[in-house]
Amino acid sequence: MTSTPFEYAPAPESRSIVDIAPSYGLFIDGEFVDGTGEAFKSVNPATEEVLSEVASGSEADVDRAVRAARRAFEKTWGPMRPADRGKYLFRIARLLQERAREFAVLESLDNGKPIRESRDVDVPLAAAHFFYYAGWADKLEHVGLGTQPRPLGVAGQVIPWNFPLLMLAWKVAPALAAGNTVVLKPAETTPLSALLFAEICRQADLPAGVVNIVTGAGDTGRAVVEHPDVDKVAFTGSTDVGRSIARAVAGTRKKLTLELGGKAANIVCDDAPIDQAVEGIVQGIFFNQGHVCCAGSRLLVQESIHDEVIASLQRRIGTLRVGDPLDKNTDIGAINSAEQLARIRELSDIGEAEGAQRWQPACELPAKGFWYPPTVFTDVSPAHRIARDEIFGPVLSVLTFRTPDEAVAKANNTTYGLSAGIWSEKGSRILKIADQLRAGVVWANTFNKFDPTSPFGGYKQSGYGREGGRHGLAAYLKGADQ
Amino acid sequence: MIGNDRLAVRKTYKLYVNGAFPRSESGRTYEVTDAKGHFLANAAWASRKDARDAVVAARGAFAKWSGATAYNRGQVLYRVAEVMEGRHAQFCEEVAAGEGLSSSKARAAVDAAIDRWVWYAGWTDKLGAVLGGSNPVAGPYFDFSLPEPTGVVAVLAPQQSSLLGLVSVFAPVLATGNTAVVVSSKERPLPAVTLGEVLATSDVPGGVVNLLTGDAEELGPWLAEHADVDAIDLTGAPAGRAMEFEREAAGTIKRVVRAPAGGEPDWAADPGITRMTPFLETKTVWHPMGL
Repeated sequence: MTSTPFEYAPAPESRSIVDIAPSYGLFIDGEFVDGTGEAFKSVNPATEEVLSEVASGSEADVDRAVRAARRAFEKTWGPMRPADRGKYLFRIARLLQERAREFAVLESLDNGKPIRESRDVDVPLAAAHFFYYAGWADKLEHVGLGTQPRPLGVAGQVIPWNFPLLMLAWKVAPALAAGNTVVLKPAETTPLSALLFAEICRQADLPAGVVNIVTGAGDTGRAVVEHPDVDKVAFTGSTDVGRSIARAVAGTRKKLTLELGGKAANIVCDDAPIDQAVEGIVQGIFFNQGHVCCAGSRLLVQESIHDEVIASLQRRIGTLRVGDPLDKNTDIGAINSAEQLARIRELSDIGEAEGAQRWQPACELPAKGFWYPPTVFTDVSPAHRIARDEIFGPVLSVLTFRTPDEAVAKANNTTYGLSAGIWSEKGSRILKIADQLRAGVVWANTFNKFDPTSPFGGYKQSGYGREGGRHGLAAYLKGADQ
Repeated sequence: MIGNDRLAVRKTYKLYVNGAFPRSESGRTYEVTDAKGHFLANAAWASRKDARDAVVAARGAFAKWSGATAYNRGQVLYRVAEVMEGRHAQFCEEVAAGEGLSSSKARAAVDAAIDRWVWYAGWTDKLGAVLGGSNPVAGPYFDFSLPEPTGVVAVLAPQQSSLLGLVSVFAPVLATGNTAVVVSSKERPLPAVTLGEVLATSDVPGGVVNLLTGDAEELGPWLAEHADVDAIDLTGAPAGRAMEFEREAAGTIKRVVRAPAGGEPDWAADPGITRMTPFLETKTVWHPMGL
């Protein structure tokens, strides 16, 4: 790291607030039960310490969970007064707020993300999602699907490791508010916050079987998706897995929403306020170590300001603190897994081999755990792998443009279409570019902002369906004519 | 047929692609008969290459059509209904012959088809208000969501209802600002050909709609896997093939409208908006508020 007048003393958040059990079962029908698959270990990616041993759900376990969900749908949750369903969700939102610090620490331990983010973003937003959808539960006739919208039934949900609790909230809250019951499969490397959420369900006295959590790897997820008694499949993850899920549900009556990969362009025009834009670029690509499907991983800078922006960006990156996720001063935490680290390294090496210039700040990385320094590639051409493939790490590819039309053409030159950014002081330019971008979320003079009221989801091969807002609720309902 | 001794001038039935009326590049035609099996026409039998040309045309037309104002799109579509009305008798004759309907039932179907077109024409400038809006986010941002067209939509039109069914599946694709490649009913393609002539003589820009007569079973797989098709409506897919087409479509994460369970629905029923929403994306835009 470049010399700085500021030296920070370590400011670690205490992990004593969290009590991690040595092993966890599956949460089915309101009880923790043993899984019949082979248990696996969840590891702290910052230290490689084993946090707990977690049950793996077999096909039979998934079947048990789906049957529990079906029973709950038919006997308790489905027939329940909508206002009461809402009250349960309000309870859950409040319990998440009450135990927020515990969740934040656990999330940072299991995922590797900085406590600043889990504390200020993941957990508060997860609670906000439950609070938001709680209020919808008894207002479904206003969603826009006619006067008598109906739930779909049992939702099978498979979520990724980058925002474990938040993705759970995005999936579970609208599903329950609409009157469905769920079987949720958390990511293999980050199951712990979902298991703590199971405890929240119990504290809320949520009826048994309404939420079932089946941990495991890809096979467990496949069993959830392919179970014949699942009515709705919701998946967040890679485009490759999304494709195989779309194939698996083809020819069935299952409804499907997919939130897949992205390769967002972050467009900086020559009239942009450079300092703010640099903050936005940093937020866009280094938030959550770049493990963000909507990360601003392609920086498109107007040619005339390229050198100035890059110099300023490198100066700013030099001040980022990489290290202990539990340290409150940490900006960039650990890469979530050895496997992901290998992929980031591989794609970065390809970037260099294809002719792009790699820049990394001088920064000391911890000896143990999975780490990758913030990285900027310049001289990137649109054909380079690092300009096309989702790296899902703290790696920024910089391209240039001369005119706004060229910026739009380059931004849209991708099979993805999840998000995009624009930096400019000119309102009409922002609105015109926003109009032309083929992306589901456009952040203008900001980046990586999320809110439960705000629909989120992709164009093109970034998936279909929306999460958040009224749109997210409609994905779990059908009208009278459907 | 004209009842005096004048020999009628018969029409050559062709494809409608990119605003022109080509024959199939394959040179193929197939015989179209009425419901009783009497010869009606030789229709162009669209090939894989024709389908690909149609996709190129639809992609080329997308920017202009999706970029037109909603008011303009509404007027253009309303104009289509006006021209359809002028072809009312011809549509009735074709629908009656192809579907084996009495003249009063054929007339009812044509009336409903034209009225449906008007209904969709009126939707273009309401979708933003009904499906979009501002989002009250917890922070100093102005945040709004609006519907936008998905892109190029392939439509396998219903096999039975040759005009009302056709209009019911493809007017919503246009009203939402998409461009379309439509494969007509195989055995009852003539109303689709006439509709192509209607479109060509109204103000719909060339390429926005491309109508192929032929076999959905043959063209379906190519359209389902085509990387430049964003969505596919499988309503007219042969019963045994729809699942396979849906699997093909998964390769490029296409938006898929499945064939209705239990065969073709009652096309005369109120369609609701569920044939428009599958072909709309939601775009959400954030901007900070500050002094």
